[in-house]
Amino acid sequence: MSGSTPFQTVGPFFHFGLAFDGSARLKGKGTRIVIEGTVTDGAGAVVPDALIETWQADAGGRYRHPEDERGPSDPSFDGFGRIATGKDGRFSLETIKPGPVPGPGNRLQAPHLLVGFFARGLLTRLVTRIYFDDEAGNDQDPILELVPGARAGTLVAKRIGDGRYRFDIALQGKDETVFFAV
Amino acid sequence: MTGLRPYRPTADGTHPSNDFAGYGSTALRHPKQPAVAIPQTLSEITGPVQGFERFGPVTTDLTAQGVAPAQGERIIVEGRVLDEDARPIGSTLVELWQANAAGRYAHPNDQHDAPLDPHFTGGGRAITDAEGRYRFVTIKPGAYPWRNHANAWRPAHLHFSLFGPSFLTRLITQMYFPGDPLLAHDPIYNSTPDPAARQRMVSSFDFDLTKPEWALGYRFDMVVRGRQATPMETSA
Repeated sequence: MSGSTPFQTVGPFFHFGLAFDGSARLKGKGTRIVIEGTVTDGAGAVVPDALIETWQADAGGRYRHPEDERGPSDPSFDGFGRIATGKDGRFSLETIKPGPVPGPGNRLQAPHLLVGFFARGLLTRLVTRIYFDDEAGNDQDPILELVPGARAGTLVAKRIGDGRYRFDIALQGKDETVFFAV
Repeated sequence: MTGLRPYRPTADGTHPSNDFAGYGSTALRHPKQPAVAIPQTLSEITGPVQGFERFGPVTTDLTAQGVAPAQGERIIVEGRVLDEDARPIGSTLVELWQANAAGRYAHPNDQHDAPLDPHFTGGGRAITDAEGRYRFVTIKPGAYPWRNHANAWRPAHLHFSLFGPSFLTRLITQMYFPGDPLLAHDPIYNSTPDPAARQRMVSSFDFDLTKPEWALGYRFDMVVRGRQATPMETSA
């Protein structure tokens, strides 16, 4: 047995190494949505050099992965997104709304995206989730129920228009986003 | 569905804490609330393991991306991607980015007073073979100053990004060079608490990898999180 290689910061100059065309516009079958937001730091300043990665199920709630043994997922949908914030700290992801997926204890998890968050000034990856405020299943979600009530709202994207959702990420402060240890 | 096979926690002291005073930019960016512990579900156990062609072409020779050869000391960097049980991780994407020989990134925000090399971008991509092996030909990057503290210099390093079999095995790290006197002074390298874990970020000079009359070779294996021996209770 050998130990893991340690995490190190992504630094400020990752763009030319990690950017690729179409990484913020996922193709696939289902309801097309846009998730947009702003990343802020502990002084309320925008974070212009963050990297946000997303992982999600397809519209039927299936993952493109061999350990999702329920059968093939939408072959036109990849599930992985990657977006760098702009100078204004904003990001925007075009994707499809995921379906509900199995969770612990024979319970369904409400539709969600996993988020991996990297930036200069962060030595490791932060992990969070994006839920949707127009999904009734949030009330029974086995992960959301583990989050102290007052903070759970930071994990829920707000519908701001037809197929458009707002999800801001605050690294510190009174609205600090909930991050997970998993 | 049969039980999911979860990933075990990484040993304490391996990964840095995001709250690390020696690295000034952490002050306003590390979360202050404790992370909320959650179980691993199908969402976390899965992750991007295919479709890497979307990211762009495989580019393993960073010295030959321009019209003329890149400037600087050519090196070969080879290694394997493994999990903590020494199982090779094949068919996974390895992304690399780095400064040029003068210590400057081909990035508009890098204003270090050192020359750009028009024949070197410093970005590369490889897919591991069945044994988890990758190989790049590149230029040894230069050290460069940063403004973290008085007379602060980053030791020469390559940035590596890995996926592995799950969302939970995602890793972004930096590879350093053996014997670099700047390592002792670098807060980012030293943010890893365990000295043995820190050493795992230092490549080894490998005579067998060198190509006579052409390039020196450095070996760098990268290890991602391993799995628990037993499956979880049925989860769905």
